[in-house]
Amino acid sequence: MYSLEGITKSIQDWLFLKFDPTLALAIECVIVILLAISLFAILGLVLVLMERKVAAHIQIRLGPNRVGPGGMFQTVADTLKLIMKEGLTPDNADKFLFNLAPFVVMMVGMLLLAPIAFAKNFQIWDINIGVLYISSVSSLSVIGILMAGWASNNKYSLLGAMRSGAQIVSYELSAGFAVLTIVVFTGSLQISEIVASQQTGWWLFKGHIPALISFVLYIIAVTAETNRAPFDLAEAESELTAGFHTEYSGMRFALFFLAEYINIFIVCAIGATLFLGGWMPLHIGQWESFNHIMDYIPSSVWFMGKTFFLIFLIMWFRWTFPRLRVDQLLNLEWKYLLPISLFNLLLATVIAIFGWHF
Amino acid sequence: MYNQTEILKDTSELGAEGELVINMGPQHPATHGVLHLVVTLNGETIKKIEPHLGYIHRSIEKMCESLTYRQFIYVTSRMDYLSSHINNLGCALLVEKGMQIEVPDRAKVIRVILSELTRIASHELWLGAMAMDLGAFTPFFYAFREREMITEIMEDTCGARLTMNYIVPGGLMYDLHPDFQKKVKAFVKQFKAKVTEYEDLVTNNIIFQSRTKGVGILSAEDAISFGCTGPVARASGVSCDIRKIYPYEVYDKVSFNEILDTAGDSFARYMVRVKEMNESIHIIEQLIDNIPDGDFVGKTKNVLKLPKGEFYTRVETARGEFGVFVVSEGGTTPHRIKFRSPGFSNLSALNHMAVGSKIGDLMATMGTLDLVIPDIDR
Amino acid sequence: MMTQDEIKEYILSIAPTVSFDETGEWLNIIADATQLKPLMTALRTGKIQMDYLFCLTCVDVKTHLTMVYHLSATTHRQSMVIKANVSREQPSIETLCDIWRTAEFLEREVFEMFGVIFLNHPDLRRLILEDDFKGFPLLKDFEDPINMIKL
Repeated sequence: MYSLEGITKSIQDWLFLKFDPTLALAIECVIVILLAISLFAILGLVLVLMERKVAAHIQIRLGPNRVGPGGMFQTVADTLKLIMKEGLTPDNADKFLFNLAPFVVMMVGMLLLAPIAFAKNFQIWDINIGVLYISSVSSLSVIGILMAGWASNNKYSLLGAMRSGAQIVSYELSAGFAVLTIVVFTGSLQISEIVASQQTGWWLFKGHIPALISFVLYIIAVTAETNRAPFDLAEAESELTAGFHTEYSGMRFALFFLAEYINIFIVCAIGATLFLGGWMPLHIGQWESFNHIMDYIPSSVWFMGKTFFLIFLIMWFRWTFPRLRVDQLLNLEWKYLLPISLFNLLLATVIAIFGWHF
Repeated sequence: MYNQTEILKDTSELGAEGELVINMGPQHPATHGVLHLVVTLNGETIKKIEPHLGYIHRSIEKMCESLTYRQFIYVTSRMDYLSSHINNLGCALLVEKGMQIEVPDRAKVIRVILSELTRIASHELWLGAMAMDLGAFTPFFYAFREREMITEIMEDTCGARLTMNYIVPGGLMYDLHPDFQKKVKAFVKQFKAKVTEYEDLVTNNIIFQSRTKGVGILSAEDAISFGCTGPVARASGVSCDIRKIYPYEVYDKVSFNEILDTAGDSFARYMVRVKEMNESIHIIEQLIDNIPDGDFVGKTKNVLKLPKGEFYTRVETARGEFGVFVVSEGGTTPHRIKFRSPGFSNLSALNHMAVGSKIGDLMATMGTLDLVIPDIDR
Repeated sequence: MMTQDEIKEYILSIAPTVSFDETGEWLNIIADATQLKPLMTALRTGKIQMDYLFCLTCVDVKTHLTMVYHLSATTHRQSMVIKANVSREQPSIETLCDIWRTAEFLEREVFEMFGVIFLNHPDLRRLILEDDFKGFPLLKDFEDPINMIKL
């Protein structure tokens, strides 16, 4: 059957046949880099368009509908505009850090792409500490945001960056604990093994109550971590104009914008991997024929479908809720989410030890 | 006179140690116009707010001194542009009071219906803008859906969507559009059906409630002392509805409630405005089928001359008490005219309400004050 | 609720030198600029309880300036107007900020538009006009050849 796995395998075989192993590995790296960058570009365009369409649908309007069929090329046109715009640097800004910040934020997104399993055996780097890698790298994005806020030499940016720092550092905890719950069930940090463990059913269903709780916690925490409404305090439009990227324009702004959507994609991809079985098709117990039909759907479609469902969920939040206040945001994390996730982890451990999960 | 430089005190905005001074505005998404607030912060906590006004000051009061009593009414549309019809009404009432012009009943009723429609339109816009200040974008579009129907009615009736200029001293400029009653009834029907959507989306939202309850509290004493009027004062329990206290036009013949709340916080101000929309609908329902026949404008002289003396009228706009004070020397133009705008007094309470709260609270407080900047600057 | 005569009697007992003008809609009380503060304090705190200053402005009557204060009461709904004349050359009057806090902004507006100095005002600065604006625009002899349109 046609699959991404086959394509990658044949390319690798061909490369190793033609070149010596070192060179072949180097060429593979180049191909992966190019693919990652093009994936970024496409994801950015698709997600921005999706966001605008979802928003328009929720807000009883049409959304972009002029450029291309159904406004499909609107974001392409927008990107073109942003590329051609002048990228201003404020006079009193720390020029080096100011220019570096968008790339730091972007780079974090790129690094996080490595351990994600897009389809069956289609993964850049199946590292054995995958989940640990993800939680450690994702917390680096706060450095880029703080850098941008500080280097802009703008008070709004600084306030936004400080908020973002406080927010990401706090919500990192609940997100980490939510992920740990699944790690406890699986007994492995490796992404491929976590996916494989969901052969018989997704963790969301077979992990009992703790998995359900940690799924909800995870969605809340990552919404906060990616600075999305209702937790978009770092760029709280009506309070801080645009928060940490107030001074950015042109392509540098576009990089922040893109990084936001890439981050959403990545956290949703991880959420789909951990809780919804990654590329694993939906299998229900003993329904052999049903399971068989499900197997015919390619694994990449399964993965993308689940990821985009979660992305839709996060967009839905954004267009429905007002923004929290900064102290309420921190209260929510430290007074509610963190104790719940700690208790939840304990519960999950008990269930895992006694093997009560399916 | 005295030396000009003496009165220019040092306006340097250097904060003390540990303070952060930010300029909120004149271009800022939450100030809805060109309000400039110099906010002194300690971390996220507000220590002082100092409004700097005048970015849209057009000296309307001075302008009116050279306009005749027929002309000056229409300048006031540009002040509080969201309740321009009510501003016009206040000015026309003053001229009619000063010259003892009889206004036909038909004109009176139509004026009141349009006033209430204006009030609803203004509150709708406020609802959307305020929700946007708190970070929720969607209510804006829901509110504008209903507001659009009102602006269409206005366009049919007055030829303008925002600055109606429909009133002349003694009545109205033209008669009603034939579709007026039908369209207003359609609007009332739709509004009643859709108002529950606001409840679902905004009022019952737990985040919205936690953002507004207990935020920006204004006690009744302070509301009176700051001269607050309209929904701001009524949310603090101060009864100040001009339509009830000093009824004008046909407000003494219709039944409606003055909405009062006692909490004085942002949520109370929100609830007062939402309930006021329902009261306005109630007024419209009573009047829409009972528009008397007859002239739409009374007999007036061509050149209006107010007798020598001082005149004051007040009307209830969507933001509160709008007062017109005219000193006449007996000529065709006012000698001095003063507009008592509700926004100006309401703004003066902002510092008192917001000190000690967070920046996010400032948005809730400012949003529920419903500031319209041309109304403040004049 | 007091009748007009009772109010007049009461005001005369506080400030014996005021004069009254009843031609308008409301009772007009013309007070001396120096007596204004004690009179206003008495009106606010005394038995008449005029707690609501709803309009504060100034009128240029060519020979002098007249400060006009519109007072009302939220309890018994009676309104009255207090007037005080100030000279055109050295206009100054006591502030009412400590009685009604709304006076702070309204006085700042009058200050920049008419040049009236409010004594003991906590923060007498420009509110609306820019800092380097010359002249007081609402005075009758204000001339601005560029921006003013004469009709």
